[in-house]
Amino acid sequence: MNIEVRQPSRATKTRYGIVDCDIHPKLLIEDYRKHLSNQWWSYLQTYGIRPRHGFTKAYPMPKITPQAARRDAWPPDGGLPGSDLGFLREQLLDLYHMDYGILNPLQPTGQGDQNPEFSAAMAFAANEQQLERWTSHEKRLKASVVVPYENPEASTAEIKRRAGSKDFAQVFMLSRTAEAHGRRRYWPIYEAAVEAGLPVGIHVFGYSGWSMTNSGWPSFYIEEMTEHATGQQAVVASMIFEGLFEQYRDLKVVLIESGFGWLPALGWRLDKHWERMRDDVPHVKRPPSEYIREHFWVSTQPMEEAEEPEHVIDAMRWIGFDRILFASDYPHWDFDDPVLALPPSLTEEQRRMIYSDNAKKLYGLA
Amino acid sequence: MARHVVAPAGDIPPGARKLVQVNGRAVVVFNLGGEFFALNNRCPHRGGSLCDGVTTGLIQSSEPGHYQYSRRGEIIRCPWHSWEFDIRTGQSWCDPGKVKTRRYQVTVEQGAMLVEGPYKAETFPVSIENEYVVVEA
Repeated sequence: MNIEVRQPSRATKTRYGIVDCDIHPKLLIEDYRKHLSNQWWSYLQTYGIRPRHGFTKAYPMPKITPQAARRDAWPPDGGLPGSDLGFLREQLLDLYHMDYGILNPLQPTGQGDQNPEFSAAMAFAANEQQLERWTSHEKRLKASVVVPYENPEASTAEIKRRAGSKDFAQVFMLSRTAEAHGRRRYWPIYEAAVEAGLPVGIHVFGYSGWSMTNSGWPSFYIEEMTEHATGQQAVVASMIFEGLFEQYRDLKVVLIESGFGWLPALGWRLDKHWERMRDDVPHVKRPPSEYIREHFWVSTQPMEEAEEPEHVIDAMRWIGFDRILFASDYPHWDFDDPVLALPPSLTEEQRRMIYSDNAKKLYGLA
Repeated sequence: MARHVVAPAGDIPPGARKLVQVNGRAVVVFNLGGEFFALNNRCPHRGGSLCDGVTTGLIQSSEPGHYQYSRRGEIIRCPWHSWEFDIRTGQSWCDPGKVKTRRYQVTVEQGAMLVEGPYKAETFPVSIENEYVVVEA
């Protein structure tokens, strides 16, 4: 018996030409062979990926499901979740009538690796694979420029290499870096992104070598999930207070997979402190919330699920409905289904902006 | 309310589950040690297909550091966000009052009873020697 689990009518409810701003293609170790030099391929085999973290060969813990994936995202023809373009079309792009999807590859990409030259070689290979395995076969998909962010010089070279290509939508960093994101060592990356006309997407995760909280390592995975949002708060504060946006007036930053309900409260607090301690950071010339509203975009997933949906809408209003981008996080377990993700009381126009228009404008999609 | 013959009982051995169609709705039938239960397959949280989830037991704690694991195999976790549902009641663990999946009455009946009654199995023949799972919906 062939059972149709999902009624097609559900998908047609979201005919806004959705842009999904967080899709995770699984890059496969064996595919790196072709795009790494003999030396780096040999290095990968011999020493492997070494992030700034105690656990070098594996996840630091199992993450609720195998591959942290939806249990129904394993391709029927075999392989890992997110590794099969045909199945990704069927389960995501076609099902929800998506116009575009932004690819955000996670490990193995060599981001944050302790060996800066190896990290650069892996990032180049990850970008080549996105073209070869994904965007060249599916024009709805746009790649992200994976940069070896602890090696800013190589990151800049990688951004310049991809600049002007219609296949790349943004520069891709992770939220947990060796130093705070606003520090000057990373400025060449932001400068290159601005020159290339690309936003910088900062996706949660990465192994910084530092604990996630300022009182050490949390005991539970549930705390790790929660601390991603506080990590992004540090990203926002650092970028503003280091004066990054005074230096790079056209820099656009997308905060990915950290929700957004916390952003208004952060803005209030930053403004309050700035009013009293402005002379601590005289290069910050305007209230911090103004920089937030000018330079940051947020993605929806993991969507806030407040008891009162109106509270979520209040937070959206503070951030600006033009600054919110729909993201599903496919194929991961905390996937947000576009049909049900947004509060039902949003207006048609607000829905259209969040599902489609904002991302098309930001990423320069047709 | 009609009664639907959804599967030969032997198709769903203890510990197994099967996705069936009842009145155009996807329903998942579970066998817990010989007892059958049927739930609407659509997760009431965000719509995942419960049939694709894993079963687990009920994990509880009387106080930090003390844990109890009971009712092995009687809780289904949604394949998307891992919400836990009691297969016997359809209720979620975290919000049993509001978030629950519809439960249907299930019986196992002899084929001999079914071939003469007002029952119809659309996709497989019913023979009088076997037992069948019947869902009321």
